[in-house]
Amino acid sequence: MNTDAIWTSFSTILRREVRRFTRIWPQTLVPPVITMSLYFVIFGSLIGSRIGQMGGFSYMEFVVPGLIMMAVITNSYSNVASSFYSAKFQRNVEELLVSPTPNWIIMAGYVLGGVARGLIVGFVVTLIALFFTNLTVQHIGLTVSIVFLAAVLFSLAGFINAIYANSFDDISIIPTFVLTPLTYLGGVFYSIELLSPFFQGLSKLNPVLYMVNAFRYGVLGVSDINVFWAFVGVLVFIALLSAWGLHLMSHGKRLRH
Amino acid sequence: MTAALSIQNLEKTYDNGFRALKGISFEVQPGDFFALLGPNGAGKSTTIGIICSLVRKTGGSVSIFGIDIDSNFPAAKQMLGVVPQEFNFSQFEKVYDIVCTQGGFYGMPRNLAEERTEKYLKQLGLWDKRNVQARMLSGGMKRRLMIARALIHEPRLLILDEPTAGVDIELRRSMWTFLEEINRQGTTIILTTHYLEEAESLCRNIAIIDKGDIVENTSIKSLLKTLSREVFILDTANTLEDCPDLGDFDGRLLDEHSLEVTVEKGQSLTDLFTSLAAQEITVTSMRNRANRLEELFVSLLADERDAEGDEQ
Repeated sequence: MNTDAIWTSFSTILRREVRRFTRIWPQTLVPPVITMSLYFVIFGSLIGSRIGQMGGFSYMEFVVPGLIMMAVITNSYSNVASSFYSAKFQRNVEELLVSPTPNWIIMAGYVLGGVARGLIVGFVVTLIALFFTNLTVQHIGLTVSIVFLAAVLFSLAGFINAIYANSFDDISIIPTFVLTPLTYLGGVFYSIELLSPFFQGLSKLNPVLYMVNAFRYGVLGVSDINVFWAFVGVLVFIALLSAWGLHLMSHGKRLRH
Repeated sequence: MTAALSIQNLEKTYDNGFRALKGISFEVQPGDFFALLGPNGAGKSTTIGIICSLVRKTGGSVSIFGIDIDSNFPAAKQMLGVVPQEFNFSQFEKVYDIVCTQGGFYGMPRNLAEERTEKYLKQLGLWDKRNVQARMLSGGMKRRLMIARALIHEPRLLILDEPTAGVDIELRRSMWTFLEEINRQGTTIILTTHYLEEAESLCRNIAIIDKGDIVENTSIKSLLKTLSREVFILDTANTLEDCPDLGDFDGRLLDEHSLEVTVEKGQSLTDLFTSLAAQEITVTSMRNRANRLEELFVSLLADERDAEGDEQ
């Protein structure tokens, strides 16, 4: 395929992915918005007003960046995991496999589809957050970069999960038992400075902590960790997961017999 | 001339050790309408799966119009369209989107994909259903949708794996007409089917596969010539109480208006009619008891089973 054909193929996959999650918007776009609104009301407004300051900011200001990042991460992941697994389940993934579209374009198309949903949900959640607090972004470039890279990373993870999955249960196990604990323990609701040195050290093994804090640094200008290492870590994980995903595709893992 | 499809010593052993293909070889020439027949589990779908990359071969080679799939699969895929046996489209997408999107996967510019989508949906009688979700279509419409999708990039080689399974006779005949037309326009077609009447009326050449081996690969005409006998049913205007004198022919009375007559190779039907006319029996119609290809197919497979039995 020449460059134009490859671009056409990529944009076709991306368009189909966006069409899919916008067609079923009551399942894909509304629930995260409602959930995050409840977090804002309960944790930010009702409970947060009694907590006082966290990291030098009101609790609502502190928790908003983490909640936006949480919405982006979970939606990017679940979009690719459910879309690619559904394509396997209904066998319409064969439409792509029999075509000349290269494996890396198939993966990139699905991943960017997940990124698109993550960013749209993140944007809507940000708009809702403005009803509860004033958001003044300190480092716009850094904020946009880290949210985009986090969405790419978790879309890739969702893609790999979908390749291995043999049932719809298999695409809910990782979000329930891995992603949710990592997110909740990743500094979304608290600063790790509140923890004992041992648990601070343990928390630093959690990749979500780096993304949440890098995003919080972009918005508020404060972070529990070194933002440079957050970017390095995310880029390394993206490289590793991309290589893993392409390896699975080229060997036809659970896609070709 | 470069073959449209060349398969040499193709082997497939699945992870569980099952040998689905035991080194098959055959060629399909450009412009041919070729039948790949065999009983269930013979290896037809595995062969098609390998050609279109959904199954990984464990030996041998496949070339599409001279392009080896191991050396340049993307280029080979551009020339190939596949209509699988099972429905493999998103049930929730609209008919139009399924076909048009497939064009995009082949790198076709959007306007060209839209133009072709309209062309093939109209030709296959699906244009009125273009905004309907695929799950709402009838079985026959779903099969036609897969044909339209396979044709969107106008492949030189089209492979159809049982395209008329579960399709009513009227629709089946309209699909035959459509396939004959695109074959006339130059598309090489390979067809697998369980309706041997379909293979006999559409295809010029044939390969019969059984238990992962090719047991016959020839033209349909040559194959039919090997028939040593044919059994005909004759309907008569007269009411018959007993089987009339059929001379050298074997036969029996089926009911008071029909006879079953076996015609051996070398015997002439003229002799049969002369004999019946002499007895003032009027034949109003005549037909083969079974499809001729079907008889050959069954006998070939039976020979194969016998040979296996002898070896054991």
